[in-house]
Amino acid sequence: MGKALNIVVLAKQVPDTRNVGKDAMKADGTVNRAALPAIFNPEDLNALEQALIIKESCPGSTVRILTMGPPRAADVIRDAMFRGADGGVLLTDRKFAGADTLATSYALSRALLKIKPDIIVAGRQAIDGDTAQVGPQVAEKLGWPQVTYAEQIEKITDTEIVVKRRLEHGVETVCSPMPMVLTVNGSAPECRMKNAKRVMKFKNAKTPSELNEAQDEYLNMECCKKPYLNISEWGVSDIECDEQQLGLSGSPTKVKQIENVVLQAKESKQYSASEGEINSLMVELIASHTLG
Amino acid sequence: MANFFLDNRDLQFHLDHPLMRKIVELKERGFADRDLYDYAPADYDDAMDSYRRVMEIMGEVCGDVIAPNAEEVDTVGPKVVDDRVVYAPGTAQNIEAITKAGLFGMTLPRKYEGLNLPLVCFVMANEMVSRGDTGFENIWGLQDCAETLNEFASEEIKAEFLPRVSRGETCAMDLTEPDAGSDLQAVMLKATWDEKRGTWLLNGVKRFITNGDAEISLVLARSEEGTTDARGLSMFVYDKASNCTKVRRIENKLGIKGSPTCELVFTNAPAQLVGDRKMGLIKYVMSLMNAARLGIGAQSTGLSEAAYREALKYAHERRQFGKPIIEFPAMYEMLTNMKAKLHGSRALLYETTRFVEIYKCYEHISHERKLEADERAEQKAYSRLADAFTPLLKLMTSEYCNQLAYDSLQIHGGSGYMKDYPIQRIYRDARITNIYEGTSQLQVVAAIRHVTTGTYLAKIKEYEALPCPTPLAHLHGRLVAMREAYERAVEKVTAMGDAEQIDFHARRMVEMAGHIVISHLLVQQSGVSEDYRLSAEVYTKLGEAQCTAAAEYIAKSTAADVNSFKSVLDEYL
Repeated sequence: MGKALNIVVLAKQVPDTRNVGKDAMKADGTVNRAALPAIFNPEDLNALEQALIIKESCPGSTVRILTMGPPRAADVIRDAMFRGADGGVLLTDRKFAGADTLATSYALSRALLKIKPDIIVAGRQAIDGDTAQVGPQVAEKLGWPQVTYAEQIEKITDTEIVVKRRLEHGVETVCSPMPMVLTVNGSAPECRMKNAKRVMKFKNAKTPSELNEAQDEYLNMECCKKPYLNISEWGVSDIECDEQQLGLSGSPTKVKQIENVVLQAKESKQYSASEGEINSLMVELIASHTLG
Repeated sequence: MANFFLDNRDLQFHLDHPLMRKIVELKERGFADRDLYDYAPADYDDAMDSYRRVMEIMGEVCGDVIAPNAEEVDTVGPKVVDDRVVYAPGTAQNIEAITKAGLFGMTLPRKYEGLNLPLVCFVMANEMVSRGDTGFENIWGLQDCAETLNEFASEEIKAEFLPRVSRGETCAMDLTEPDAGSDLQAVMLKATWDEKRGTWLLNGVKRFITNGDAEISLVLARSEEGTTDARGLSMFVYDKASNCTKVRRIENKLGIKGSPTCELVFTNAPAQLVGDRKMGLIKYVMSLMNAARLGIGAQSTGLSEAAYREALKYAHERRQFGKPIIEFPAMYEMLTNMKAKLHGSRALLYETTRFVEIYKCYEHISHERKLEADERAEQKAYSRLADAFTPLLKLMTSEYCNQLAYDSLQIHGGSGYMKDYPIQRIYRDARITNIYEGTSQLQVVAAIRHVTTGTYLAKIKEYEALPCPTPLAHLHGRLVAMREAYERAVEKVTAMGDAEQIDFHARRMVEMAGHIVISHLLVQQSGVSEDYRLSAEVYTKLGEAQCTAAAEYIAKSTAADVNSFKSVLDEYL
């Protein structure tokens, strides 16, 4: 059992790509977000469960959600509050829009510098992009250690965390100092369900723009009276950042072409950190036109 | 990813009944809790919104946890280890999921950490749990014992036990014994006051106790030395933590195998008296039993839902003679009849629940303040309706769930007879519903006085006076004719002037009342939602045929018939 920790879960609202109908893709090959229900990214729920487990083992800890997205992404923060999170921050601003993983992790890392968490927990990857880049990039930008593919937290002390990782050929148990970033695998325990009393307590939690839109005298009063009903909403001006590195301008990723493929290769390949192997990977990626 | 609330429009329909406004008012009493508890509603809409949200969570637990566990729970079942019950792993998981979702203590007041939801919601929860796993519904539903404590126990007992129920501890009601089944007056388990220890001590054996190794048990025991009838019985609450009971065995049942039915031995088991001495059977068990019968109504309706869905799915999937079997008249007729009976069961279930709910709410209010004259009159009227409708509900819905399970298995054909499909479990589970908590025959005994005193007739006439929805106007005359046939039948039987004649024809008359009531309810529902038009037509057709058969039987009966049926008494093997 460790000291009280400030835990942040990175969560993303995603289109539910698990049960796609025939209108799931638009003619231009992009995702038809309107046709798919918006859900809590599944592995971010595994991440939330790990965060709640840490919270339970370290009394006094808090779990907050950080999500970047349009105003309706506040839903994932409420959902997390129903399951046990204490609150959250919605990063929303037109200037964040069009971000690839690099610009996203930049924006998130600037917000995280303001929150100053002890542990950041994220899902391994989101089901809309499947990149698994944002968690590790956030760690790099903060200069914090990262433990990826986490499945179970074995031990936590005031300064260290011991984590079991699920890898392709087995499990690995590693120890990391804090603050640190943890990305959680889908094989970790499922997130607990919503709790009835929490749902009734937090169902009126709103961001300032939602309150503004609702124009409801009673809701305004409630949110004034009960601070726990207020979901923070940060725009570009609320975080210290270089606007050039945000949104489209901060995103070097360019989509050249989209085509339908049937996946045949295995999900992951392993390379050692040697110059030679990384060179051969680059050659392979350039040859397959994945890069360049 | 199944949600038993969101995928069931019929269930959602019943949450929106106009009487809910009154129920919310009575349950929330001026919304006084809003400043004391952060999860209490502020007004009617807020309350209804919370109910829906909680029902959604319940629906998710039932669809995603309880139902997927059902098969394994049925196969593995509970075991006795060192005189204690060990649940099947799936049962333990179910309890954990419900506890974490904060759903226990559903109807208990907030001061005991409950959710203070109306009975309507609890009944919906029971129904959904039963659709997932009927055996587990018993363990879930027994939290209703806490309602009896809440109604009759002292503040000290309530403060000690009720919050524990809200935190997920399970309950049992220990009534029956080897020689006291339907006849509970014969209960012999002994309660003696131990002056030295300052407590009551229980000694004896209980048998057929559902979830007998629960943390909290309500025990019916003989506290008055030398008595042999109901007046010597009192109600006690026993805490498993005192470790003075042993589970001797778990019965090997045909169905509901996940629900442990225990034989229990009490040895100097300390227990606290609930309410007044000598009122155990007369007052408290009657309250427990009425609640339990409503519970079986919900359990049966949930089972009917499961049976119907399994049949519908199979009839679409199974192809014979080059097409899905649902396209054959024999199949689609059976399925349509099943759906009408399912809708009818649910209509009667929530009508009864609302009657019980309103009179119980007044009961609770009367503990806080004196009721006004009009409130007292209303309480009396609803109490009478609850009393009349509860046995009718238990009778009709438990028989229907058996019929639906039977028909569903029939639709599955030979495959249904194999242990490969869920229907075999549903079929076995259904069989207990018209036996326990009072057999169908005993429900008729409880219901018959409302035939002879006219409670059903008066209510049926009230339904008749309501405007009949236009598309079904043609049914009105037929419903009136059914009622007239019922009146004639009752008149003829009572005119024979003999209690035995009434008992002999009782089931026929009670069921006639049931068919007429259900037909009216569905016709009324069809005025609110198009969804019910077909079921109203189909049910009325079925009910009408049943009423005609019963009326005909009675019309052709003479007083001498009873004697001829009695000749079997002289036959021995």
